[in-house]
Amino acid sequence: MTESGPLLSVHDLCLERGGRELFRELSFAIYPGQLIQVDGANGAGKTSLFRILAGLSRYGFAGRVERHAPLLYLGHQPAVKALLTPRENLAWHVAGEARYNNDQIESALASVGLYGYEDVLSNTLSAGQHRRVNLARLYLSQCPLWLLDEPFTAIDKSGVAELEKQMLFHVERGGAVVITSHQLLRVSHRVQMLNLNEGLLA
Amino acid sequence: MSVATRNAPGTAAFCLGLLRRQLTLAARRPIEIGNPLLFFAMVVALFPLGLGPAPDKLAGFAPGILWIIALLSSLLTSDTVFRSDFEDGSLEQLLLAPQPLFLSVLAYILAHWLITGFLLALISPVFAVMINLPAEAIGALMASLLLGTAVLSLVGGIGAALTVGLKRGGMLISLLILPFYMPVLIFGSAAVQNAVIGAPAGAYLAILGSMLCLAIALAPFAIAAGLRISVDA
Repeated sequence: MTESGPLLSVHDLCLERGGRELFRELSFAIYPGQLIQVDGANGAGKTSLFRILAGLSRYGFAGRVERHAPLLYLGHQPAVKALLTPRENLAWHVAGEARYNNDQIESALASVGLYGYEDVLSNTLSAGQHRRVNLARLYLSQCPLWLLDEPFTAIDKSGVAELEKQMLFHVERGGAVVITSHQLLRVSHRVQMLNLNEGLLA
Repeated sequence: MSVATRNAPGTAAFCLGLLRRQLTLAARRPIEIGNPLLFFAMVVALFPLGLGPAPDKLAGFAPGILWIIALLSSLLTSDTVFRSDFEDGSLEQLLLAPQPLFLSVLAYILAHWLITGFLLALISPVFAVMINLPAEAIGALMASLLLGTAVLSLVGGIGAALTVGLKRGGMLISLLILPFYMPVLIFGSAAVQNAVIGAPAGAYLAILGSMLCLAIALAPFAIAAGLRISVDA
């Protein structure tokens, strides 16, 4: 991994949906140590941008995205199977990022407040707990770049504070986080705003 | 930088994990495994009612009947291969996995075949006896179903991948993939028919085998492309 190069760079990205221009000539680069919050109202194109950045949307936009490092993308759907236990969900995760041993999985689940729920079927868990199973990946992932699309949905206050701490930890160890959220992040680190019309604000 | 380099699991380990995951999911919902088999049993029971219970008449139709029902019960389940993963977002994560999608979709299809076609082929002698298929053709029936249903699962996977994004893809998937089921039906039932009259069925089984090889080599490309399109849309 290069020390100083960007983790991801975007050149002249333009996207139009349903005859409406969501953004045009958007260019920015994401470097290690950056914490970026994407700014925009509902329907502004934040999720579309994330799907383009992650590589899920491959057509229908103009511009170029260069990915220089592995990334972790957490979308709106939790990707948690109701018929698997939280432990199985993480151990056999379809993202295929790494093999985790039992200790790693248990400590990750404990970090998101699911201690004691490791081996119950996920269909007995609440919607917020489903999301927490998914968010446990933040404690396992080795990917330098995190793309988090509305990670705080259905998460309680103390859970949000824990996640903010984990994001801070990740940024300080040399990773980068791009996040969409309608609440302001309370972290002791500079949060850069990414405006879909004006690009990365200084 | 303190972010460690990744220790992504090897492709083989990942695909085995996927296989185990899919089989566990199926085992936790046994009704989904039982449904196609029950469907098979019900439809087999309908034929003596419709055609009349004369044993030799039924025996003449038996190869075709058994193969058509196998085809329909495979069609019935093909829609479900990727559906739940699409709905809960797992499919997006699968597409982002560093391992080749060709092999991961092959693991999905293998799991699907094991709980549908493979079980069906194992139980088929019971159904064959129900409609009076001669005992000497049962070997050919099982062999042709083992090979043929694997092709059906692979081809069905293409239809499933293309229609997974649609709310109601059931009818469309039948129209899309039934034409591709026809060669399998022709050679599968021909193998059984030949065995009934005492002729060698080997040539037909060999053709089914070569269809399977072709499908294993090509279908995962189409499935992978179909999934990317469905998730992109």
